[in-house]
Amino acid sequence: MPSFVITEKCDGCKGQDKTACLYICPNDLMVLDKERMKAYNQEPNYCWECYCCVKICPQQAMDVRGYQDFMPMGAASTPLRGTEDIMWTITFRDGRIKRFKYATRTTPEGSIKALEGFPEAKPADLANQFLLGEPDIMGVKELPTKKK
Amino acid sequence: MREIATEVVETDVLILGGGMAGCGAAVEAAYWAKPLGLKVTLVEKAAIDRSGPVAMGLSAINTYMGMDGKVTQNSRMPDRYTEYVTNDQMGLARQDLVFDVGRHVDSTVRHFEKWGLPLWKDEAGNFKKSGEWQVMISGESYKVLVAEAAKNAIGALGDKGQLIERVYITHLLKDEKEPDRICGAVGFSVREDKFYAFKAKVVVLILGGAVHVFRPRSQGEGFGRSWMPPFLGGSTYASMILAGAELTQMDVTFVPPRFKDSYGPVGTFFLLFKTPATNAYDGPYVGAYGSETDKWAPYAKAKPCPTPVRNYEMILCAQEGKSPFYIHTQRVVERYQKEITDPKELKKKIKEYEAEAWEDFLDMTIAGATNWAAHNVDPMEKPMELQLSDPCFIGSHAASCGAWVCGAEDLMPVEYKDAFPAQYNCMTTLLGLFTAGCGVGACAHKFSSGSHVQGRIVAKSAVRFVNDQKGYTPTVSDATINKLKEIVFKPFTLYDEKKDYTAMPDVNPFYISPHSFLFRVQKIMGEYAGGWETLYGTSDKMLEVGLWKLAFCGEDADKIGAKNLHELLRAWEAIHRYWVAEACVRTRLARKESRWPGYYFKHDYLKLDESQKKFINLKYDADKKEWTVFERPMIPIL
Repeated sequence: MPSFVITEKCDGCKGQDKTACLYICPNDLMVLDKERMKAYNQEPNYCWECYCCVKICPQQAMDVRGYQDFMPMGAASTPLRGTEDIMWTITFRDGRIKRFKYATRTTPEGSIKALEGFPEAKPADLANQFLLGEPDIMGVKELPTKKK
Repeated sequence: MREIATEVVETDVLILGGGMAGCGAAVEAAYWAKPLGLKVTLVEKAAIDRSGPVAMGLSAINTYMGMDGKVTQNSRMPDRYTEYVTNDQMGLARQDLVFDVGRHVDSTVRHFEKWGLPLWKDEAGNFKKSGEWQVMISGESYKVLVAEAAKNAIGALGDKGQLIERVYITHLLKDEKEPDRICGAVGFSVREDKFYAFKAKVVVLILGGAVHVFRPRSQGEGFGRSWMPPFLGGSTYASMILAGAELTQMDVTFVPPRFKDSYGPVGTFFLLFKTPATNAYDGPYVGAYGSETDKWAPYAKAKPCPTPVRNYEMILCAQEGKSPFYIHTQRVVERYQKEITDPKELKKKIKEYEAEAWEDFLDMTIAGATNWAAHNVDPMEKPMELQLSDPCFIGSHAASCGAWVCGAEDLMPVEYKDAFPAQYNCMTTLLGLFTAGCGVGACAHKFSSGSHVQGRIVAKSAVRFVNDQKGYTPTVSDATINKLKEIVFKPFTLYDEKKDYTAMPDVNPFYISPHSFLFRVQKIMGEYAGGWETLYGTSDKMLEVGLWKLAFCGEDADKIGAKNLHELLRAWEAIHRYWVAEACVRTRLARKESRWPGYYFKHDYLKLDESQKKFINLKYDADKKEWTVFERPMIPIL
């Protein structure tokens, strides 16, 4: 289900520090044609249709269409990803439309402090089995072990 | 010839791979490294925000105990989990490793909750379990959150924390004073002409599993529509093989039964919605072949029936000509219509089911949703097809391939100790080389949460190793680094030298393209080693021919031509996949039974043989170019 770039909408992220789709694609598929300032998918048959590029594109210039090996033409799943939820519009081949909204996170973007709220690690504790936050974070007093 | 710069990076803890396990490792390594003043470097071939199999998102966490009882149902302890995993893998599991994942996994999920992952809960705040081990989530941003935590933890180390993205790792580095010790890795940037050499006191290798070793079902534009992502290139297994580490169960691949073609997930449909599945004639295939599957007792008779036996029922049914299979999503609606009499309540329930059914796909396999829409199928009204897909090497899912690693001090049977040069949890048979997630063999059913927590387990263990080896400095000469650089960039050199011989460089007698090379490996694996092409059946005769043909691939791996950095990436992924294929075929040849009949079966040994209830391990000597295949005993801890 390869991604594609809508020529008219893509500006190559010229106002940004990096081209968003190139930055995010997990399979290194996106390339920027610097002369035209247009990105494109250089290897559509290696696309996993993960939509990471579609979700991140600041111009909404990216979309995905079904792999023609097995999908009849004309349908689409279109996301609009916000800071705490994602909206999906599903367009059927016969024109029916469905819309869904799902939560994506419960905290503000960029707010995670992974090590805060836990006591500083003590090198002597390297020898025990407890990981960061354990055992308290699991709500148990001790870690199960093999019955002797 | 283009100029390639070399950058040498020196660090203490080198984490290779920023998927679920790698991000878990980054958090835990940062925590323990901080007071010791150690440097932590995380290297990733993509961008960690969306890398690895969770890049697209997930709709469930498949491994959660709920040891504190705060779950809607099925509060479990690690001993029950270990029994379940062992039976699902037909009696063969490293129970010490499985148990260790089970006892820690709740903590990782509690961290996820704290970071902002929307976990489904009841009104009392209990996590909503859909099955014995599964917790439902709204996980579109699962990986984004986990990556944010990893970046934040690395950032907390200041100049001692380092994240390097878009670097593909090709080889591990060995210490020149201690030949069986791993002290770094090399790779190349996929974005600039740069070769990287990492020298480290410990290496945590977590580059994921391998897809596209077997041929995918779709081979045109849909080639990338494998179930697990096509970017799992097998470098974890291949780099360990080339360094001489011991691997186990490389024959035990996972064959996922999924919505046909799109590979939409089935777990939530079976567990949460209790969706029925049938053969083409509306008859059952589950439990319908008792006279055959009973031969795989006692495992086949336990509840739940193991994944490889359930798959085998589909194979037997397909052999009878009773495919296609259907998953009847509409019958859930029909069931509600019978059970719920209040029209308002019924409408609400159907609406909720519809939203959750679509979310299951949209959170993790968007193609599944589009495939419904493309066929004008509303899942509330009509069924869709179910099919077994191509085999994947994925030690974190319902499969067991990976490295033979040391277990926790309080859990590992003493009989296993001798295999390891020192006793550190998740260390491989090579000193200084650790792994987790898909890299750890015989430790199935970790899934996303178990992989993350095993990343944390390995990171703490790796920091302890560095702390215990205070005087150690890696020894790697410039000559070694330069030699590897030459090997890594050889596909470039070859292409540059020969490309003008033909008027169109795509067809040239002096080199093979990365894609053509990969297609050849896939064709051999699919046709001889138990791919979907033969309904997962193989035999010693077929494997022998496969191995003979793979040997030519091994030689031709030296003749891959790459015209740019992107093709160089594909070249090395293809080479790594070739090594995974070799390990798989050799292990399948050594096993003279069909223990996991729905993953692969042997026509000449179509039975379960309990005298072979042993791990089949192998390792490779790169200097002598020799494989050794041998057995390790199964020692239960329960």
